[in-house]
Amino acid sequence: MRAAFFNTLLDLAGRDERIHLVVGDLGFGVVEPFARRFPDRFLNAGVAEQNMTGVAAGLALCGKVVFTYSIGNFSTIRCLEQIRNDICYHRADVKIVSVGGGFAYGPLGMTHHALEDLAIMRVLPGMTVVAPGDPFEVEQATRAIVGQPGPCYLRLGRAGEPRIHRSSVVFELGRAIRVREGRALTIISSGGMLETGIRAAELLGEAGIDARVVSMHTLKPLDEAEILSAAAETGAIATLEEHSVIGGLGSAVAEVVAEAIGPRGRLKRLGVPSAFAPEVGSQEYLRAMYGLSPAAVFESLKSWL
Amino acid sequence: MTQGLDTKATRALARTVRRHVVQMTHRAKASHVGTSLSMAELLAVLYGGILRVDPSTRESLDRDRFVLSKGHGCAGLYAVLAERGFFPPSRLGEFYQDGTRMAGHVTHGGIPGVEVSTGALGHGLSIACGMALAGRRDRRPFRVFALLSDGECDEGATWEAALLAGHHRLDTLVAIIDYNKIQSLGTVKEVLDLEPLAQKWKAFGWEAREIDGHDIAEIHRALSEIPLAPGRPTCVVAHTVKGKGVSFMENDLLWHYRAPDATELARALAELDAEP
Repeated sequence: MRAAFFNTLLDLAGRDERIHLVVGDLGFGVVEPFARRFPDRFLNAGVAEQNMTGVAAGLALCGKVVFTYSIGNFSTIRCLEQIRNDICYHRADVKIVSVGGGFAYGPLGMTHHALEDLAIMRVLPGMTVVAPGDPFEVEQATRAIVGQPGPCYLRLGRAGEPRIHRSSVVFELGRAIRVREGRALTIISSGGMLETGIRAAELLGEAGIDARVVSMHTLKPLDEAEILSAAAETGAIATLEEHSVIGGLGSAVAEVVAEAIGPRGRLKRLGVPSAFAPEVGSQEYLRAMYGLSPAAVFESLKSWL
Repeated sequence: MTQGLDTKATRALARTVRRHVVQMTHRAKASHVGTSLSMAELLAVLYGGILRVDPSTRESLDRDRFVLSKGHGCAGLYAVLAERGFFPPSRLGEFYQDGTRMAGHVTHGGIPGVEVSTGALGHGLSIACGMALAGRRDRRPFRVFALLSDGECDEGATWEAALLAGHHRLDTLVAIIDYNKIQSLGTVKEVLDLEPLAQKWKAFGWEAREIDGHDIAEIHRALSEIPLAPGRPTCVVAHTVKGKGVSFMENDLLWHYRAPDATELARALAELDAEP
């Protein structure tokens, strides 16, 4: 996802002089091409994320489209008040990018586990929140958010996720992508859990359970119609996210379902409990620990149905 | 007389700002009268001739930007903007009132002339840095002035911005510190001493000058010489008196919170009118 983001950003910046990149002294090995090619539109603000965010707002208030970039929680909750007041209240055209959503930096410990970011960004007025599911969605999302003025949070996974979608898929902010059809239940995934959702659906299929899979790449605005269709047509929704079960995709879907006038179906939220991980480990290890491996998702959904 | 300075008119503007401020805070039963009074001369000099912006150029890409980082001093800013014709002075009656947009911390929405909304301290200098960077990249001639309180120099973000501005030699950026020596729960010296303040800014790569923040000629001289040193951002440490101009409000922490009642308002206006 990281490479897809930077390649797309380079392409966009080559055609749009408004685009600036402000980083918080992170991005070794990935920010250099932008810095070399657009030195007057690149700024390393140092290890100072509050200032990075305020500076980005100031640039945006002078007509720039500004990407801020850091890892984990540094570009979001470290500088939350600057995001709320300086960016959101001024409707500044700043795109906040974080790489390492969820447990991507699992071995680095709890400081680097980004598990509350989507909830916190989602509650901010005027903020668009995007967590793409594969490199294709990253590329499309990066293009789309530049075309839409105003604040945005773009949560990336790590490097090297597989591409899920074919090029013919249409990407639109706020419109979920139905990746697999099914009638028995719908797995709605956020961010990089898309691959897990598809694999779990394949395992369910082998067990005779026909699961639909939806990539909910945009958490805000949320594609409520797709959620209501899932409730009405499949009768059961499971949300799948590498994030706290509080405030993220599961909560967002629950809010829609709870207020639905038509059929609500059943809802199960799969994610990370609101607790600090008691152990460190690879992303794969920590996902499995919280029941987010394809096999664990398959087992829990099979027994739930 | 300093060149280009109409001392009499500027003094009159500062006095008018103070009159508005005590009236606004009285009507609204609002806090923060002292902080608006301490910066009246700074605002009068800025809007009386230093800032290259007026109601007709407030959307111009080349206008000077003014960022009131000490957003709680908004009564003073609203007042000077009204006096300079950005909106009618009658709108000052909206301050704090139900259904209006004139918030008790400076707010840009619906208030012509306000560049940036602040209120949480330590935000303004970062935004000002971004504006100065944009001006440099676009080769536009504007300067960016940020007015900070002494209290917000406690905020780490202020010093993050100071570090960046010095490093990037943002010499179109000016930070003015309204150093009135009183913050929320006591004097600056008691709460978190900032001294030596000017030296701190110098150590961060700025050119700093200490001035009497109520001496119109001295303010004008400093702000007419931007940058004070080529290649360096400018910091003007303006020594001021909290509550300046109203004897019973001066140097008294109470007036960070208390709004003048009718009797106090009358006394305050009488004192301001009696000023030479």
